[in-house]
Amino acid sequence: MQTNLGAGLSLKPQHFGEAVQYRAGQMWFEVHPENYLMAGGPRLAWLEAVRNQHQLSLHGVSLSLAGAAAPDQQHLQRLANLIDRVQPALISEHLAWSTLDGHYFPDLLPMPRTNAVLDRVAANIAQTQDTLKRRIAIENPSHYLQMAQHDWSETDFLTELTRRTGCGLLLDVNNVYVSAHNLGYDAVAYLDALPATAIDEIHLAGHSEDHDADARLLIDSHDAAVAPAVWQLYRHLIGRIGPRPTLIERDDKIPAFGELLAEREQAQQILTASGAEQCLA
Amino acid sequence: MSGVNTAFDQEQFQRAFLAAIYQAEQAHTGSGVELVQQLRAQPGFNVYRNTVLKASVDALAANYPSVVQLVGLDWFRAVALIHVSQTPPENVCLIEYGEQFADFLRHFEGAAELPYLADVAVLDRDWTECHIAADTIALDAAQLAALAPQDLLTRVLQPAAAVRWHWSPTQPAYSIWQAQRGGAAVQDDLVWQGEGALLSRVEGQVIWQPASLGMCHFLDACVAGDDLQSAAARAMGVEPALDVAQLLSSLIQAQVFAG
Repeated sequence: MQTNLGAGLSLKPQHFGEAVQYRAGQMWFEVHPENYLMAGGPRLAWLEAVRNQHQLSLHGVSLSLAGAAAPDQQHLQRLANLIDRVQPALISEHLAWSTLDGHYFPDLLPMPRTNAVLDRVAANIAQTQDTLKRRIAIENPSHYLQMAQHDWSETDFLTELTRRTGCGLLLDVNNVYVSAHNLGYDAVAYLDALPATAIDEIHLAGHSEDHDADARLLIDSHDAAVAPAVWQLYRHLIGRIGPRPTLIERDDKIPAFGELLAEREQAQQILTASGAEQCLA
Repeated sequence: MSGVNTAFDQEQFQRAFLAAIYQAEQAHTGSGVELVQQLRAQPGFNVYRNTVLKASVDALAANYPSVVQLVGLDWFRAVALIHVSQTPPENVCLIEYGEQFADFLRHFEGAAELPYLADVAVLDRDWTECHIAADTIALDAAQLAALAPQDLLTRVLQPAAAVRWHWSPTQPAYSIWQAQRGGAAVQDDLVWQGEGALLSRVEGQVIWQPASLGMCHFLDACVAGDDLQSAAARAMGVEPALDVAQLLSSLIQAQVFAG
């Protein structure tokens, strides 16, 4: 990856003004392209104003790459138009599904990792990359369900996808922490199992405890600061693979811009220290 | 890595998963259905159900802020959940979700005591459609002024992409809607009669003004391809006292026409 991206922030409409004004080396912003696929109007103008000052990442939530159907061509075309318009440094999607029969179900839904599903997802990623003429990074989702039907571990499945399609990985450390807790596996072993060269981007976010169930599930709620245990996993990961563009992701209970900047600075310091170490080595 | 799941039907699994989320009847059987039966017995299944339904309801609440203010968030969420279950989003761009919500409210028995609610929802929808419509260059008054009188009368005026108008025949929906948008209470002296609204976009901001029945017919005629003379005749057919010059001037000022 030939980028000079450090730590970035999710871009929220209430922070557009401050984002345009903000100046710091290596800062970047990430948006869901689905919020900017309209024909015109002020939202696109705001995004372009931010883009004039900062690098952007387009983080899709609706391509449904783990679904049985091929990606919607009309959606891909609209996405390609947005890419043309804002020239993002990074493009990513999820290992999940969210559409069926012309309807959209706004979540990242799970799929057993079978051999046949691997073929399907690889074909969907290849088609996406061919249409967009860009490499995309695939994110590991949060898990809440035990499935005995998997043929592949998630780390092997993701690694095989990178091998077959040349796609990258977006490693969401909070999702690893949440899933490891919910399904009972070792988060560090998960992080260590992924090939360093494939990891294009990292996500950090807050989670919460599920109040509805007795099962003490952790929920990937993106409504709180990054938890200490997730920072610890992040340091471990950066220690192994070196600096990578890292996003502080917040989608709910959005605090003041300054509070997000402080969290972003924490990640930036870890990245800067790791970069310096690599130079010395 | 053995192919033990070669018989697994991915699409059938998706269909069964969604049926379980919406708690709908699942008629089929097979490997995908059996897997979902195991999954829905786990507490984690509710996380997906809650997220899908909440995200859809949240999108409706974001797109219909005046309706939310009128009925309160609790009532809105309960009613929106019915609509969400009957009509899930078709578009992955959730700002475009809710195209059929006004119609749903119009026929929803629980809203029968609020006969203006569906028309207020129409205006919320109109606002969104203006907000996200394509950028166009507005018609300049000077362009019309430069035309000879005969050319002016035969000129066809095309409303811009970011323009909507709505006539509510029996309800003062515009007064109620604009009070919600402005964060104000509805005036006590509200006259209970039909009203129209015109929404357009100027420098990225959606703006609104009252629309007379004549204005709405005039704009309908423009969209149908009528020239200025015949659009004015149609408007005056429903509103004989209409001042067409004044109408044209206010429409141009609100950047209603594409240049």
